[in-house]
Amino acid sequence: MGKRTMVEIKNIGMTYHTFNGETEALRNMDFHVYEGEILGIVGPSGCGKSTLLSIIAGLIKPSTGEVLVNGKKVVGPTKDIGYMFQKDHLFEWRTILQNVLLGLEIQGRVKEEDVKKAEKLLETYGLAEFKDSYPRQLSGGMRQRAALIRTLIVEPNLLLLDEPFSALDYQTRLAISDEIGLILKKEKKTALLVTHDIAEAISLSDRIIVLTKRPATIKDIIEIELTCPGGEWSPIKCREAPEFRHYFNKIWKELDVHV
Amino acid sequence: MSKTNISKEHAKYLNKIKKRRRYILIVQISILILGLILWEVAAKLKWIDVFLTSYPSGIWTLFLQYLKNGNLIYHVGISVFENIIGFTAGTLLGILIAIGLWWSDFWARVFDPYLVVLNSLPKTALAPIIIIWIGAGYSGIIVTAITVSIVVTIMNVYSSFISLDKDKIKLLETFGATKFQILKKVVLPHSIPSMISTLKVNIGLSWVGVIVGEFLVSKAGIGYLIVYGGQVFKLDLVMMSVFILAVISALMYKIISIIEDKFLKWNE
Repeated sequence: MGKRTMVEIKNIGMTYHTFNGETEALRNMDFHVYEGEILGIVGPSGCGKSTLLSIIAGLIKPSTGEVLVNGKKVVGPTKDIGYMFQKDHLFEWRTILQNVLLGLEIQGRVKEEDVKKAEKLLETYGLAEFKDSYPRQLSGGMRQRAALIRTLIVEPNLLLLDEPFSALDYQTRLAISDEIGLILKKEKKTALLVTHDIAEAISLSDRIIVLTKRPATIKDIIEIELTCPGGEWSPIKCREAPEFRHYFNKIWKELDVHV
Repeated sequence: MSKTNISKEHAKYLNKIKKRRRYILIVQISILILGLILWEVAAKLKWIDVFLTSYPSGIWTLFLQYLKNGNLIYHVGISVFENIIGFTAGTLLGILIAIGLWWSDFWARVFDPYLVVLNSLPKTALAPIIIIWIGAGYSGIIVTAITVSIVVTIMNVYSSFISLDKDKIKLLETFGATKFQILKKVVLPHSIPSMISTLKVNIGLSWVGVIVGEFLVSKAGIGYLIVYGGQVFKLDLVMMSVFILAVISALMYKIISIIEDKFLKWNE
C-alpha cells in the first residue's frame, strides 16, 4: 500500500451547548486516514464517536479545528463522503431500486445508465430479484446490503460507517460484516468504522483508534497485522489469526471498562 | 396463495372462518331489518306516537317523493358540495400550515399555545361569528366547515412531521439535500398515512361544520331540511335527512379507504 494520506483530522474539538449547560464531547483530536485503509474507531459508549463522524461528513461544524479530505477543507456534505447508519433507513414507501437511487436523485442526476448501474450492483450483491420489492419484504441483512449499495452508488471516496451492523442479530452481523468488509476492499474504498464491538473492529480494520471517555481524546492508535489462515483476507477468517486474542486483550485493557 | 393444493385441515379452517364472517354479516343485517320492522309495527299498532317518531314506510314514501320532484338531489347536492370543499380545503390548508411550522421551528413554538387553545375550543361556537363576517351563503358554511377541521389537521400532520427519525434527515443531508428536498423526499411521504387518516376524520368534522352552518343560515341543504322539518314538526323529513346523512358520510369514508389502499400498497 503506497500510504497516501486521504483524510486529515486537525485538532478537532467539539462542545455541545444546551440550556442546562455545556458538554465537551471531543478534545484535541488529531489523526489521519490513509487511502484504501479501514480505520476502526472504538471507545466507551457515549464518548462522541458519532459526533466525530458527523463532523468529518460536514454535517456539524466543530468548535475547534478542521478536517481536510484530499487536501480540501470540509465545509458541508459532499458526494465524496458516504455515510452508513446503524439502521438501514430504507424508505418504506420506495422499492429497493428506488431506495438505492435516492442519493443520485438528490444530486439530480438519475439517468438510464444510473438505473442500469443500480440494477447491476443489486445483482452483484444478490438483491436482483428484490429490486421491485418494498423494504419490509426483506430480511435485516438484505436491507443493510441495500443500504450499502445506496451509499456506494454515488461513488464516495470515503465511507463513514456508524455502527452499521449493531442493529442486526449476531449471525447476520457476522455474515454481513464479512461481506461488507470484502466489498470495501474490492471496491478499494477508504472507510472509517465506528463500532463498540472490539472483535468486529479487529477483524475488519487496518488500524484501530482507541478513544477515552468523554471528552473523547485519542488513547492509542494500534496497527493491526493479522496472519489470516489460508492466505486470503476475509474478516471472518481473520478472527482465527493467532494475533487476534492479543489485540483483543490490548484494546479491552485500554478501554478500561468499569460497570 | 394457490387454492389448488391445500390440506383438508386447512380447508376446514378456512371454512370455519368464512362461516363466522357470514354469521357476523347476517346478524348485522338482521339487527337493521328487525329494528325497522319493530319500528313499523309499533307505529301501525299505535304503541308509539308517529307524530313524534315517524315510521319507516312514511319516511320511504317521502324519500321517493323528494327523489321524484328533484328536491332531494338539490339539497343533498348542496350539502355534499359544501362538505367536499370544506374538508378538502381544511385538510390542504392544514397541511400547508403544518409545513410552515415544520419549516420554521421558531414560529412552531410561537403558535404552539394558540393551537392548543384553538384545539380545545369547540369550533362550532365560532360559527355565528364566521357567518356574520363571511356572509350567510355557501361561503359562510364552507368556512365554518374548514374551521372545524383545520386545527386538528395542523396538529396531527405537524406531529407526524416531527416524529420522523432524525437519522433519515441526516441520511439525506449526507447526500447534500436541500431543505426543500428533505421535505419532498422524506417528510411528506413519511406523513402520507397520517394525512389520509386525518382526511378520514375531517370528513366527519366537516359534516359537523356544514350541518351547524346550515342550521344557522339555512336556505338549502340537509341541515336546512332537518331544521325546517323540526320547526314544522314533520318528523318524516327530519328522519329521512338524518338517514341520508348517515349513508352519505359512510360512503365518503369508504371512498377514502379505497384511495388509502391504493396509495399505501407498500404498507401491506
